[in-house]
Amino acid sequence: MSEITPDVVRHLAGLARIDVTDAEVNRFTEQLGLIVDSAATLKAAVAGDVPATSHPIPMKNIYREDVVLESLSQKAALSGSADSESGRFRVAAILDEE
Amino acid sequence: MNSVLKLTAVEQLEMLRSGAITSVELTQAHLDRIAEVDGVVHAFLHVNASGALATAAEVDRLRASGASLPALAGLPIAVKDNLTTIDEPTTAGSKILEGWVPPYDSTVVSKLRAEMMPILGKTNLDEFAMGSTTQFSAYGPTSNPWSLDRIPGGSGGGSAAAVGAFMAPLAIGSDTGGSIRYPAAMTGTVGTKPTYGAVSRYGLIALGSSLDQIGPVARNVQDAALLHDVIAGHDERDSTSLPEDLGSMVAAASAGSLAGVKVGVIKELTGEGFQAGVSARFNESLELLKAAGAEIVEVSCPSFQYAIAAYYLILPAEASSNLAKFDSVRFGMRVTPEGNPTIERVMAATREAGFGPEVKRRIILGTYALSSGYYDDYYGSAQKVRTLIQRDFDAAFAKADVLVSPTAPTTAFKLGEKIEDPLAMYLNDIATIPANLAGIPGMSLPNGLADEDGLPSSIQLRAPAREEKRLYRVGSILEKAHENVWGKRMIDFAPEVKAGA
Repeated sequence: MSEITPDVVRHLAGLARIDVTDAEVNRFTEQLGLIVDSAATLKAAVAGDVPATSHPIPMKNIYREDVVLESLSQKAALSGSADSESGRFRVAAILDEE
Repeated sequence: MNSVLKLTAVEQLEMLRSGAITSVELTQAHLDRIAEVDGVVHAFLHVNASGALATAAEVDRLRASGASLPALAGLPIAVKDNLTTIDEPTTAGSKILEGWVPPYDSTVVSKLRAEMMPILGKTNLDEFAMGSTTQFSAYGPTSNPWSLDRIPGGSGGGSAAAVGAFMAPLAIGSDTGGSIRYPAAMTGTVGTKPTYGAVSRYGLIALGSSLDQIGPVARNVQDAALLHDVIAGHDERDSTSLPEDLGSMVAAASAGSLAGVKVGVIKELTGEGFQAGVSARFNESLELLKAAGAEIVEVSCPSFQYAIAAYYLILPAEASSNLAKFDSVRFGMRVTPEGNPTIERVMAATREAGFGPEVKRRIILGTYALSSGYYDDYYGSAQKVRTLIQRDFDAAFAKADVLVSPTAPTTAFKLGEKIEDPLAMYLNDIATIPANLAGIPGMSLPNGLADEDGLPSSIQLRAPAREEKRLYRVGSILEKAHENVWGKRMIDFAPEVKAGA
């Protein structure tokens, strides 16, 4: 039985910073429940002592020559922003007034 | 249709070199074809006629002056819309990036520019490459050129359909769980996912960073090899880029015989669950490989039964992290709710309006898989399954040089089918996902038409990591054997796309 309830979906959507409608909550609860149930088979599949693979072709200590390369200008970096001012990204208030 | 469009990329290049056609003429012919049929196919999200023709004119000018040119100079190409381009919008099929023009080129696009290939435009995809049908594009689905009411596969349905409908001789795709190979299978074209790290991902809008790989889309093996050799190679801007040179795919695609080559049939990816017509053509291809000198052996990969479940934890986990950058601040959409909202409220409203259903589903699933208390059971277990799948491949490659199965269990289904059933949809990728989890290369080849529906079936070749040359060698020989049997190329079976259909 799945642990995915409408409250869990609302909580996860909040963590992911996505507003969701009630219709979406209902749909995602059902769909995610089925996906999570199918994922539950994995735990049994790896019951033994199996190492985890996070990367298909592991590489370590990847450096390049320590030289200055061309990078984006400030103007280019700001070019896709919805709002900017004095060479900075401009956003709504970070903190609530209360 | 202008008959030059039906030629292979190799043949079009010969005409350019001999002066039989100019690059401007060839590029204009493709632009005319796009204008003629893309209204019904919808392979392109953006067409850059002036940019493509400017590159073509420059190639023609240099050629006339006797200057030496790169090998593929003047040959047009289409690019999947999740690779950044400095002179064209890059949307990744999402509303959240509508109209965004990136401030830099992806490495692969830089290589195409250095090769002086006119870039025709950007092709359609499932939003952020999440999907296997192109129906999750925020800009509407792409149609399959073989049957306009069917899916072209995804996520790179636009690139496959552009090549399949002769709107471009070559295209760029990206493959996280099958997004190059599955559309190739659906559209009777060729697509290769190289070894993880063989092609730079710099400037590819990341989906699953441990799975994503860029590769070529073409109508035949030799053409795919040409493009593969242009885009592959080390890039210090991608820290997962392989340092070694993996050799020439063009040279590999010219080899003569399969004597001494062992071809392994993956037991778990044949038979039950695969459409009868797909299986019939697959078995015929095994006979053709045998006739070409190969030895056929059976291999077993028991952990593949867990591949889809593992993938649909690992991919959403990585995607939920990668897509956190779409926060309304630095690029893309910004939706400001009423009142005097904080930035958190702006982010949540923006992401609600900007992301489609599959993207939201996967971000929420990934957030769950990574949350404390569930991490070990889900994400941790999935990573261990990944090890088991690698071990299965290692054991199989100890017995065989290449591994084969159909690329997809069925031929192209109707647009609209399965769209509300994510689990059914995820089964499309059953034969392609294991290669991404293990990082190995795979190639999908057209494999004749299924008897039930007359639609393209497919065969996938897989090789050990860094051994993509084997795919091109075996692929070119099988392709030749098919053409000898059919008396024509696979793509020549495709019905003419009717502009008014």
